[in-house]
Amino acid sequence: MNIEFKYDSVAALVAAAQQAGEPISALVLRQQAQHLEKNEAEVFAQMKETYAVMANCIEPGCDEHLRSTSGLTGGSAFKMRKAVQQGKTLTGSVLGGALYRALAVSELNAAMGRVVAAPTAGSCGILPAAMLTMQQDLGYSEDACIMALFTASAVGMVIATNACVAGAQGGCQAECGSAAAMAAAAITELAGGSPEQVADAVAIALKNILGLVCDPVAGLVEIPCIKRNASGVAGAFVAAEMALAGIASAIPADETIWAMKKVGDAMSPSLKETAEGGLAITPTGQKLYEQVFGTTGGCTGCGGCAKG
Amino acid sequence: MNVFDILGPIMIGPSSSHTAGAARIGRIARALLGTQPVQAQILLHGSFAKTYKGHGTDKALIAGIMGMEPDDERIRFSPQIAQEQGLSVTILPTEIDNAHPNTARITLTDANNHSVTLQGASIGGGNIMVTQVNGMDVQITGQYTTLIVLHQDTPGTIAAVTDVLAASQVNICNFRLSRQKKGGIAVMTIEMDGSFDCELNKRIESLPNILSSTMLLPN
Repeated sequence: MNIEFKYDSVAALVAAAQQAGEPISALVLRQQAQHLEKNEAEVFAQMKETYAVMANCIEPGCDEHLRSTSGLTGGSAFKMRKAVQQGKTLTGSVLGGALYRALAVSELNAAMGRVVAAPTAGSCGILPAAMLTMQQDLGYSEDACIMALFTASAVGMVIATNACVAGAQGGCQAECGSAAAMAAAAITELAGGSPEQVADAVAIALKNILGLVCDPVAGLVEIPCIKRNASGVAGAFVAAEMALAGIASAIPADETIWAMKKVGDAMSPSLKETAEGGLAITPTGQKLYEQVFGTTGGCTGCGGCAKG
Repeated sequence: MNVFDILGPIMIGPSSSHTAGAARIGRIARALLGTQPVQAQILLHGSFAKTYKGHGTDKALIAGIMGMEPDDERIRFSPQIAQEQGLSVTILPTEIDNAHPNTARITLTDANNHSVTLQGASIGGGNIMVTQVNGMDVQITGQYTTLIVLHQDTPGTIAAVTDVLAASQVNICNFRLSRQKKGGIAVMTIEMDGSFDCELNKRIESLPNILSSTMLLPN
Protein backbone atom coordinates (compact mmCIF):
# COMPACT_ATOMS: atom_id res chain seq x y z
CA MET A 1 0.00 0.00 0.00
CA ASN A 2 1.31 3.40 -0.94
CA ILE A 3 1.23 5.76 2.02
CA GLU A 4 0.49 9.28 0.91
CA PHE A 5 0.66 11.69 3.74
CA LYS A 6 2.77 14.66 4.56
CA TYR A 7 3.87 15.80 7.97
CA ASP A 8 2.02 19.08 7.72
CA SER A 9 -0.64 18.58 10.41
CA VAL A 10 -1.35 16.45 13.44
CA ALA A 11 -4.96 16.23 12.26
CA ALA A 12 -3.82 14.52 9.04
CA LEU A 13 -1.80 11.97 11.01
CA VAL A 14 -4.82 11.22 13.20
CA ALA A 15 -7.15 10.92 10.20
CA ALA A 16 -4.75 8.56 8.38
CA ALA A 17 -4.40 6.36 11.47
CA GLN A 18 -8.18 6.24 12.02
CA GLN A 19 -8.78 5.36 8.39
CA ALA A 20 -6.17 2.61 8.45
CA GLY A 21 -7.27 1.37 11.87
CA GLU A 22 -3.65 1.36 12.97
CA PRO A 23 -1.53 3.35 15.40
CA ILE A 24 0.21 6.46 14.02
CA SER A 25 3.61 4.79 14.54
CA ALA A 26 2.81 1.92 12.15
CA LEU A 27 1.89 4.33 9.35
CA VAL A 28 4.94 6.49 9.96
CA LEU A 29 7.29 3.50 9.87
CA ARG A 30 5.76 2.31 6.60
CA GLN A 31 5.84 5.76 5.01
CA GLN A 32 9.41 6.42 6.17
CA ALA A 33 10.60 3.10 4.75
CA GLN A 34 9.26 4.21 1.36
CA HIS A 35 10.70 7.68 1.75
CA LEU A 36 14.16 6.42 2.75
CA GLU A 37 14.06 3.66 0.11
CA LYS A 38 14.67 0.98 2.73
CA ASN A 39 12.53 -1.81 4.11
CA GLU A 40 10.64 -1.45 7.38
CA ALA A 41 13.00 -3.76 9.25
CA GLU A 42 15.98 -1.60 8.32
CA VAL A 43 14.31 1.63 9.42
CA PHE A 44 13.16 -0.03 12.65
CA ALA A 45 16.73 -1.28 13.23
CA GLN A 46 18.07 2.26 12.81
CA MET A 47 15.53 3.53 15.35
CA LYS A 48 16.54 0.71 17.68
CA GLU A 49 20.13 1.93 17.46
CA THR A 50 18.97 5.48 18.19
CA TYR A 51 17.08 4.20 21.26
CA ALA A 52 20.18 2.29 22.39
CA VAL A 53 22.24 5.50 22.29
CA MET A 54 19.54 7.14 24.45
CA ALA A 55 19.53 4.25 26.93
CA ASN A 56 23.33 4.27 27.17
CA CYS A 57 23.24 7.84 28.47
CA ILE A 58 21.63 6.94 31.80
CA GLU A 59 24.46 5.22 33.68
CA PRO A 60 27.25 7.69 32.79
CA GLY A 61 24.76 10.55 33.27
CA CYS A 62 24.05 9.38 36.84
CA ASP A 63 27.73 9.43 37.83
CA GLU A 64 28.10 11.32 41.10
CA HIS A 65 31.26 13.03 39.84
CA LEU A 66 30.06 13.95 36.34
CA ARG A 67 30.77 17.62 35.59
CA SER A 68 30.16 19.73 32.51
CA THR A 69 33.01 21.27 30.52
CA SER A 70 32.29 24.64 32.13
CA GLY A 71 32.14 23.08 35.59
CA LEU A 72 28.75 24.67 36.24
CA THR A 73 26.61 21.53 36.31
CA GLY A 74 26.59 17.79 36.96
CA GLY A 75 25.62 15.42 39.72
CA SER A 76 21.88 16.22 39.90
CA ALA A 77 20.84 12.96 38.25
CA PHE A 78 22.85 11.08 40.87
CA LYS A 79 20.97 12.84 43.68
CA MET A 80 17.56 12.36 42.07
CA ARG A 81 18.16 8.66 41.40
CA LYS A 82 19.38 8.14 44.95
CA ALA A 83 16.18 9.73 46.29
CA VAL A 84 14.11 7.43 44.08
CA GLN A 85 16.08 4.35 45.12
CA GLN A 86 15.64 5.23 48.79
CA GLY A 87 11.91 5.71 48.29
CA LYS A 88 12.19 9.34 49.32
CA THR A 89 10.01 10.87 46.63
CA LEU A 90 6.71 12.65 47.05
CA THR A 91 5.21 11.51 43.76
CA GLY A 92 6.56 7.97 43.45
CA SER A 93 9.07 6.12 41.34
CA VAL A 94 7.51 6.74 37.93
CA LEU A 95 7.79 10.51 38.05
CA GLY A 96 11.03 10.28 40.04
CA GLY A 97 12.40 7.83 37.48
CA ALA A 98 11.50 10.13 34.61
CA LEU A 99 13.14 13.08 36.38
CA TYR A 100 16.48 11.41 37.08
CA ARG A 101 16.68 10.00 33.55
CA ALA A 102 16.00 13.41 31.97
CA LEU A 103 18.65 14.97 34.22
CA ALA A 104 21.10 12.18 33.39
CA VAL A 105 20.85 12.58 29.61
CA SER A 106 20.99 16.38 29.80
CA GLU A 107 23.91 16.44 32.21
CA LEU A 108 25.79 13.95 30.04
CA ASN A 109 25.18 16.25 27.06
CA ALA A 110 26.65 19.18 28.99
CA ALA A 111 29.66 17.00 29.85
CA MET A 112 30.35 16.25 26.15
CA GLY A 113 28.82 12.79 26.24
CA ARG A 114 27.22 10.99 23.28
CA VAL A 115 23.51 11.81 22.94
CA VAL A 116 20.70 11.91 20.39
CA ALA A 117 19.40 15.39 19.55
CA ALA A 118 15.67 14.87 20.21
CA PRO A 119 14.80 17.16 18.53
CA THR A 120 17.77 19.25 19.76
CA ALA A 121 20.76 18.70 22.03
CA GLY A 122 19.31 21.20 24.50
CA SER A 123 16.13 19.12 24.88
CA CYS A 124 17.79 15.72 24.49
CA GLY A 125 16.71 14.35 27.90
CA ILE A 126 12.93 14.49 27.59
CA LEU A 127 12.05 11.77 25.09
CA PRO A 128 14.64 9.21 26.35
CA ALA A 129 13.40 9.77 29.92
CA ALA A 130 9.79 9.22 28.86
CA MET A 131 10.45 6.02 26.90
CA LEU A 132 12.94 4.46 29.32
CA THR A 133 10.58 5.10 32.23
CA MET A 134 7.73 3.47 30.31
CA GLN A 135 9.96 0.48 29.63
CA GLN A 136 11.81 0.07 32.91
CA ASP A 137 9.28 1.29 35.49
CA LEU A 138 5.99 0.50 33.77
CA GLY A 139 6.95 -2.67 31.92
CA TYR A 140 6.33 -1.77 28.27
CA SER A 141 8.48 -3.76 25.85
CA GLU A 142 11.56 -2.32 24.23
CA ASP A 143 10.09 -2.87 20.74
CA ALA A 144 6.90 -1.03 21.70
CA CYS A 145 8.95 1.90 23.00
CA ILE A 146 10.95 1.98 19.76
CA MET A 147 7.70 2.05 17.75
CA ALA A 148 6.44 4.92 19.89
CA LEU A 149 9.50 6.93 18.82
CA PHE A 150 8.05 6.98 15.29
CA THR A 151 4.94 8.70 16.61
CA ALA A 152 7.14 11.16 18.53
CA SER A 153 9.16 11.86 15.36
CA ALA A 154 6.03 12.42 13.29
CA VAL A 155 4.84 15.03 15.80
CA GLY A 156 8.31 16.60 15.74
CA MET A 157 8.22 16.80 11.94
CA VAL A 158 4.83 18.54 12.01
CA ILE A 159 6.14 21.07 14.55
CA ALA A 160 9.36 21.64 12.56
CA THR A 161 7.29 22.13 9.39
CA ASN A 162 4.73 24.55 10.84
CA ALA A 163 6.72 26.26 13.60
CA CYS A 164 10.29 25.49 14.68
CA VAL A 165 12.24 23.38 17.16
CA ALA A 166 15.21 25.70 17.83
CA GLY A 167 15.49 27.89 20.91
CA ALA A 168 17.18 30.59 18.82
CA GLN A 169 14.05 30.78 16.68
CA GLY A 170 11.17 30.15 19.07
CA GLY A 171 12.50 30.14 22.62
CA CYS A 172 12.48 27.18 25.00
CA GLN A 173 8.82 26.47 24.19
CA ALA A 174 10.03 25.48 20.71
CA GLU A 175 12.83 23.30 22.02
CA CYS A 176 11.74 21.68 25.32
CA GLY A 177 8.09 22.33 24.34
CA SER A 178 8.44 20.32 21.14
CA ALA A 179 10.28 17.55 22.97
CA ALA A 180 7.56 17.43 25.65
CA ALA A 181 4.83 17.29 23.00
CA MET A 182 6.67 14.51 21.17
CA ALA A 183 7.15 12.58 24.43
CA ALA A 184 3.49 13.07 25.40
CA ALA A 185 2.45 11.62 22.03
CA ALA A 186 4.75 8.63 22.44
CA ILE A 187 3.61 7.89 26.01
CA THR A 188 -0.07 8.18 25.06
CA GLU A 189 0.16 5.82 22.10
CA LEU A 190 2.29 3.37 24.06
CA ALA A 191 -0.22 3.31 26.91
CA GLY A 192 -3.00 2.39 24.49
CA GLY A 193 -4.40 5.83 23.74
CA SER A 194 -6.29 6.42 20.51
CA PRO A 195 -4.86 8.65 17.74
CA GLU A 196 -7.19 11.46 18.92
CA GLN A 197 -5.85 11.09 22.44
CA VAL A 198 -2.32 11.32 21.05
CA ALA A 199 -3.28 14.63 19.45
CA ASP A 200 -4.83 15.84 22.71
CA ALA A 201 -1.65 14.95 24.60
CA VAL A 202 0.42 16.94 22.06
CA ALA A 203 -1.83 19.96 22.46
CA ILE A 204 -1.91 19.80 26.28
CA ALA A 205 1.87 19.36 26.61
CA LEU A 206 2.60 22.26 24.29
CA LYS A 207 -0.05 24.53 25.82
CA ASN A 208 1.43 24.05 29.28
CA ILE A 209 4.89 25.20 28.21
CA LEU A 210 3.75 27.97 25.84
CA GLY A 211 5.72 31.19 26.21
CA LEU A 212 8.77 29.70 27.89
CA VAL A 213 11.84 31.72 26.94
CA CYS A 214 15.36 30.53 26.11
CA ASP A 215 17.71 32.34 28.51
CA PRO A 216 20.78 30.17 29.06
CA VAL A 217 23.34 31.37 31.59
CA ALA A 218 26.63 32.16 29.82
CA GLY A 219 24.98 30.97 26.60
CA LEU A 220 25.65 27.37 27.59
CA VAL A 221 23.24 24.44 27.32
CA GLU A 222 23.20 23.94 31.10
CA ILE A 223 21.37 26.47 33.29
CA PRO A 224 18.34 26.31 33.17
CA CYS A 225 18.23 23.78 30.32
CA ILE A 226 19.02 20.69 32.37
CA LYS A 227 16.23 21.22 34.89
CA ARG A 228 13.85 22.21 32.10
CA ASN A 229 14.42 18.76 30.62
CA ALA A 230 13.22 17.26 33.91
CA SER A 231 10.27 19.61 33.91
CA GLY A 232 9.63 18.77 30.24
CA VAL A 233 9.27 15.04 30.83
CA ALA A 234 7.04 15.71 33.85
CA GLY A 235 4.88 17.87 31.59
CA ALA A 236 4.73 15.07 29.04
CA PHE A 237 3.38 12.66 31.68
CA VAL A 238 0.90 15.28 32.93
CA ALA A 239 -0.43 15.75 29.39
CA ALA A 240 -0.54 12.01 28.66
CA GLU A 241 -2.37 11.27 31.94
CA MET A 242 -5.07 13.80 31.11
CA ALA A 243 -5.43 12.69 27.49
CA LEU A 244 -5.62 9.01 28.52
CA ALA A 245 -8.31 9.89 31.06
CA GLY A 246 -10.35 11.15 28.13
CA ILE A 247 -9.80 14.86 28.74
CA ALA A 248 -9.74 16.61 25.38
CA SER A 249 -7.79 19.76 24.57
CA ALA A 250 -10.16 22.62 23.84
CA ILE A 251 -7.60 24.05 21.42
CA PRO A 252 -6.57 21.43 18.81
CA ALA A 253 -2.91 20.37 18.47
CA ASP A 254 -2.36 22.12 15.14
CA GLU A 255 -3.71 25.42 16.43
CA THR A 256 -1.51 25.08 19.52
CA ILE A 257 1.53 24.61 17.26
CA TRP A 258 0.45 27.69 15.31
CA ALA A 259 0.12 29.63 18.57
CA MET A 260 3.60 28.48 19.63
CA LYS A 261 5.01 29.85 16.37
CA LYS A 262 3.24 33.19 16.86
CA VAL A 263 4.42 33.48 20.48
CA GLY A 264 7.98 32.68 19.33
CA ASP A 265 7.81 35.35 16.64
CA ALA A 266 6.62 37.89 19.20
CA MET A 267 9.39 37.02 21.65
CA SER A 268 12.21 39.53 22.04
CA PRO A 269 15.53 38.38 20.55
CA SER A 270 17.02 38.83 24.04
CA LEU A 271 14.95 35.81 25.10
CA LYS A 272 15.93 33.53 22.24
CA GLU A 273 19.25 31.88 23.12
CA THR A 274 21.27 35.09 23.00
CA ALA A 275 21.94 35.06 26.76
CA GLU A 276 20.92 38.72 26.85
CA GLY A 277 17.78 38.32 28.94
CA GLY A 278 15.99 36.35 31.62
CA LEU A 279 18.08 34.20 33.94
CA ALA A 280 21.24 34.88 31.94
CA ILE A 281 21.38 38.51 33.04
CA THR A 282 20.51 38.03 36.70
CA PRO A 283 23.38 38.99 39.04
CA THR A 284 24.09 35.32 39.66
CA GLY A 285 23.84 34.51 35.96
CA GLN A 286 26.42 37.21 35.20
CA LYS A 287 28.65 35.99 38.01
CA LEU A 288 28.58 32.46 36.60
CA TYR A 289 29.46 33.86 33.17
CA GLU A 290 32.56 35.48 34.68
CA GLN A 291 33.40 32.28 36.49
CA VAL A 292 33.44 30.33 33.22
CA PHE A 293 34.89 32.84 30.79
CA GLY A 294 36.87 35.16 33.03
CA THR A 295 35.19 38.25 31.56
CA THR A 296 31.87 39.99 31.94
CA GLY A 297 29.03 38.74 29.76
CA GLY A 298 26.06 40.49 28.24
CA CYS A 299 26.24 42.59 25.12
CA THR A 300 29.37 42.86 23.02
CA GLY A 301 29.02 46.61 22.62
CA CYS A 302 31.07 49.26 24.41
CA GLY A 303 31.46 47.34 27.66
CA GLY A 304 30.60 50.50 29.58
CA CYS A 305 27.76 48.89 31.48
CA ALA A 306 30.07 46.22 32.82
CA LYS A 307 32.58 48.68 34.23
CA GLY A 308 30.21 50.62 36.46
CA MET B 1 12.88 15.72 6.35
CA ASN B 2 12.77 12.24 7.85
CA VAL B 3 12.41 10.73 11.34
CA PHE B 4 16.18 10.70 11.86
CA ASP B 5 16.43 14.43 11.17
CA ILE B 6 14.11 14.91 14.17
CA LEU B 7 15.63 12.14 16.33
CA GLY B 8 19.20 12.93 15.45
CA PRO B 9 21.96 13.54 14.87
CA ILE B 10 23.67 11.19 17.27
CA MET B 11 26.35 13.54 18.54
CA ILE B 12 28.69 14.57 21.29
CA GLY B 13 27.10 17.39 23.29
CA PRO B 14 26.45 20.00 24.34
CA SER B 15 25.40 21.94 21.25
CA SER B 16 24.65 20.85 17.69
CA SER B 17 25.93 24.16 16.33
CA HIS B 18 28.87 24.76 18.68
CA THR B 19 30.06 21.16 18.94
CA ALA B 20 28.74 18.84 16.19
CA GLY B 21 28.97 21.53 13.47
CA ALA B 22 32.47 22.50 14.63
CA ALA B 23 33.67 18.91 14.29
CA ARG B 24 32.33 18.79 10.74
CA ILE B 25 34.17 22.00 9.77
CA GLY B 26 37.39 20.52 11.16
CA ARG B 27 36.89 17.31 9.19
CA ILE B 28 36.54 19.19 5.91
CA ALA B 29 39.73 21.16 6.60
CA ARG B 30 41.56 17.89 7.18
CA ALA B 31 40.12 16.34 4.01
CA LEU B 32 41.27 19.38 2.01
CA LEU B 33 44.81 19.14 3.36
CA GLY B 34 44.79 15.46 2.40
CA THR B 35 47.78 14.66 4.61
CA GLN B 36 48.55 14.46 8.32
CA PRO B 37 48.68 18.00 9.73
CA VAL B 38 51.46 18.93 12.14
CA GLN B 39 50.20 22.41 12.82
CA ALA B 40 46.72 23.89 13.15
CA GLN B 41 45.95 27.55 13.62
CA ILE B 42 42.31 28.16 14.46
CA LEU B 43 40.75 31.63 14.47
CA LEU B 44 37.34 31.86 16.15
CA HIS B 45 34.76 34.55 15.51
CA GLY B 46 31.53 35.69 17.16
CA SER B 47 29.79 33.23 19.45
CA PHE B 48 32.51 30.67 18.71
CA ALA B 49 35.09 33.15 20.05
CA LYS B 50 33.02 34.04 23.10
CA THR B 51 31.77 30.63 24.23
CA TYR B 52 34.15 28.04 22.82
CA LYS B 53 35.47 26.96 26.20
CA GLY B 54 32.06 26.15 27.65
CA HIS B 55 30.78 24.44 24.50
CA GLY B 56 33.93 22.47 23.76
CA THR B 57 34.05 24.08 20.30
CA ASP B 58 37.86 23.98 20.41
CA LYS B 59 37.85 20.27 21.25
CA ALA B 60 35.35 19.52 18.49
CA LEU B 61 37.36 21.46 15.89
CA ILE B 62 40.59 19.70 16.89
CA ALA B 63 38.81 16.32 16.82
CA GLY B 64 37.47 17.06 13.34
CA ILE B 65 40.95 18.06 12.18
CA MET B 66 42.12 14.63 13.33
CA GLY B 67 39.34 13.05 11.29
CA MET B 68 36.88 12.23 14.08
CA GLU B 69 33.12 12.13 13.42
CA PRO B 70 30.75 14.40 15.45
CA ASP B 71 29.67 11.41 17.60
CA ASP B 72 33.18 10.24 18.51
CA GLU B 73 33.49 9.91 22.29
CA ARG B 74 37.17 10.84 22.08
CA ILE B 75 36.20 14.45 21.20
CA ARG B 76 36.46 15.61 24.80
CA PHE B 77 40.06 14.35 24.98
CA SER B 78 41.07 15.66 21.55
CA PRO B 79 43.63 18.29 22.69
CA GLN B 80 45.51 15.56 24.52
CA ILE B 81 45.28 13.18 21.54
CA ALA B 82 46.51 15.94 19.22
CA GLN B 83 49.53 16.43 21.42
CA GLU B 84 50.27 12.70 21.39
CA GLN B 85 50.01 12.66 17.59
CA GLY B 86 52.39 15.60 17.19
CA LEU B 87 49.75 18.12 16.11
CA SER B 88 50.44 21.55 17.52
CA VAL B 89 47.31 23.70 17.88
CA THR B 90 46.90 27.45 18.36
CA ILE B 91 43.47 28.90 19.10
CA LEU B 92 42.86 32.63 18.73
CA PRO B 93 39.54 34.34 19.42
CA THR B 94 39.31 37.21 16.95
CA GLU B 95 36.95 39.14 14.71
CA ILE B 96 36.48 38.19 11.09
CA ASP B 97 34.73 40.78 8.91
CA ASN B 98 31.26 39.93 7.61
CA ALA B 99 31.34 36.45 9.06
CA HIS B 100 28.48 34.37 10.49
CA PRO B 101 28.51 34.42 14.35
CA ASN B 102 29.68 30.81 14.53
CA THR B 103 32.70 31.01 12.27
CA ALA B 104 36.12 29.34 12.41
CA ARG B 105 39.07 29.94 10.09
CA ILE B 106 41.46 27.01 10.12
CA THR B 107 44.94 26.86 8.64
CA LEU B 108 46.48 23.39 8.55
CA THR B 109 50.10 22.68 7.66
CA ASP B 110 51.69 19.28 7.09
CA ALA B 111 55.27 18.08 7.63
CA ASN B 112 56.20 19.12 4.06
CA ASN B 113 55.03 22.66 4.76
CA HIS B 114 52.03 22.20 2.49
CA SER B 115 49.10 24.15 3.90
CA VAL B 116 45.43 24.93 3.37
CA THR B 117 43.15 27.58 4.89
CA LEU B 118 39.45 27.07 5.24
CA GLN B 119 36.75 29.29 6.68
CA GLY B 120 33.45 27.78 7.72
CA ALA B 121 30.35 28.58 9.73
CA SER B 122 28.11 26.36 11.81
CA ILE B 123 24.67 27.47 10.74
CA GLY B 124 22.41 25.50 13.12
CA GLY B 125 21.40 21.93 13.92
CA GLY B 126 24.89 20.67 13.11
CA ASN B 127 24.65 21.98 9.54
CA ILE B 128 27.62 23.89 8.21
CA MET B 129 28.67 26.16 5.35
CA VAL B 130 32.29 26.38 4.25
CA THR B 131 32.62 29.90 2.89
CA GLN B 132 36.28 30.20 1.88
CA VAL B 133 39.10 27.94 0.73
CA ASN B 134 42.53 29.60 0.61
CA GLY B 135 40.83 32.99 0.61
CA MET B 136 38.55 32.16 -2.31
CA ASP B 137 34.76 32.30 -1.83
CA VAL B 138 32.97 28.95 -1.88
CA GLN B 139 29.65 27.60 -0.60
CA ILE B 140 30.02 24.03 0.60
CA THR B 141 27.38 22.43 2.83
CA GLY B 142 28.63 18.87 2.66
CA GLN B 143 25.05 17.67 2.08
CA TYR B 144 25.90 16.38 -1.40
CA THR B 145 28.93 14.53 -2.67
CA THR B 146 31.25 17.46 -3.30
CA LEU B 147 34.44 17.83 -5.30
CA ILE B 148 36.75 20.68 -4.36
CA VAL B 149 39.23 21.12 -7.18
CA LEU B 150 42.10 23.58 -6.82
CA HIS B 151 43.57 24.39 -10.20
CA GLN B 152 45.48 26.85 -12.32
CA ASP B 153 43.07 29.26 -14.03
CA THR B 154 43.69 28.18 -17.65
CA PRO B 155 41.33 27.66 -20.62
CA GLY B 156 39.85 24.18 -20.92
CA THR B 157 40.42 23.06 -17.32
CA ILE B 158 36.76 23.17 -16.31
CA ALA B 159 35.76 21.34 -19.51
CA ALA B 160 38.37 18.66 -18.83
CA VAL B 161 37.01 18.10 -15.32
CA THR B 162 33.36 18.02 -16.36
CA ASP B 163 34.29 15.64 -19.23
CA VAL B 164 35.61 13.18 -16.65
CA LEU B 165 32.36 13.51 -14.69
CA ALA B 166 30.22 13.15 -17.82
CA ALA B 167 32.13 10.02 -18.84
CA SER B 168 31.26 8.52 -15.44
CA GLN B 169 27.56 9.42 -15.82
CA VAL B 170 27.76 11.88 -12.94
CA ASN B 171 24.96 14.40 -12.66
CA ILE B 172 26.16 17.80 -11.43
CA CYS B 173 23.60 19.59 -9.27
CA ASN B 174 25.66 22.67 -8.44
CA PHE B 175 28.86 24.17 -9.87
CA ARG B 176 30.77 27.17 -8.58
CA LEU B 177 34.06 28.75 -9.57
CA SER B 178 36.15 31.24 -7.65
CA ARG B 179 39.66 32.50 -8.35
CA GLN B 180 42.30 34.62 -6.68
CA LYS B 181 43.11 36.45 -9.93
CA LYS B 182 43.04 35.88 -13.68
CA GLY B 183 45.50 33.13 -14.54
CA GLY B 184 46.13 32.44 -10.84
CA ILE B 185 44.89 29.74 -8.52
CA ALA B 186 41.20 28.95 -8.77
CA VAL B 187 38.79 26.61 -7.05
CA MET B 188 35.88 24.68 -8.51
CA THR B 189 33.28 23.28 -6.15
CA ILE B 190 31.07 20.70 -7.77
CA GLU B 191 28.10 19.14 -5.98
CA MET B 192 26.82 15.90 -7.45
CA ASP B 193 23.88 13.51 -7.06
CA GLY B 194 24.79 10.13 -5.58
CA SER B 195 28.12 9.05 -4.22
CA PHE B 196 31.20 7.87 -6.07
CA ASP B 197 34.47 6.06 -5.47
CA CYS B 198 37.77 7.85 -5.14
CA GLU B 199 38.84 6.59 -8.60
CA LEU B 200 36.92 9.53 -10.03
CA ASN B 201 38.91 11.86 -7.84
CA LYS B 202 42.22 10.32 -8.94
CA ARG B 203 41.28 10.73 -12.61
CA ILE B 204 40.60 14.43 -12.02
CA GLU B 205 43.83 14.91 -10.10
CA SER B 206 45.81 13.44 -13.02
CA LEU B 207 44.48 16.09 -15.45
CA PRO B 208 46.79 18.95 -16.45
CA ASN B 209 46.64 22.19 -14.37
CA ILE B 210 44.94 20.48 -11.42
CA LEU B 211 46.67 21.19 -8.11
CA SER B 212 44.48 19.01 -5.94
CA SER B 213 41.06 17.41 -5.92
CA THR B 214 39.20 16.46 -2.76
CA MET B 215 35.99 14.48 -2.63
CA LEU B 216 33.68 14.97 0.36
CA LEU B 217 30.97 12.38 0.86
CA PRO B 218 27.59 13.52 2.20
CA ASN B 219 26.93 12.83 5.86
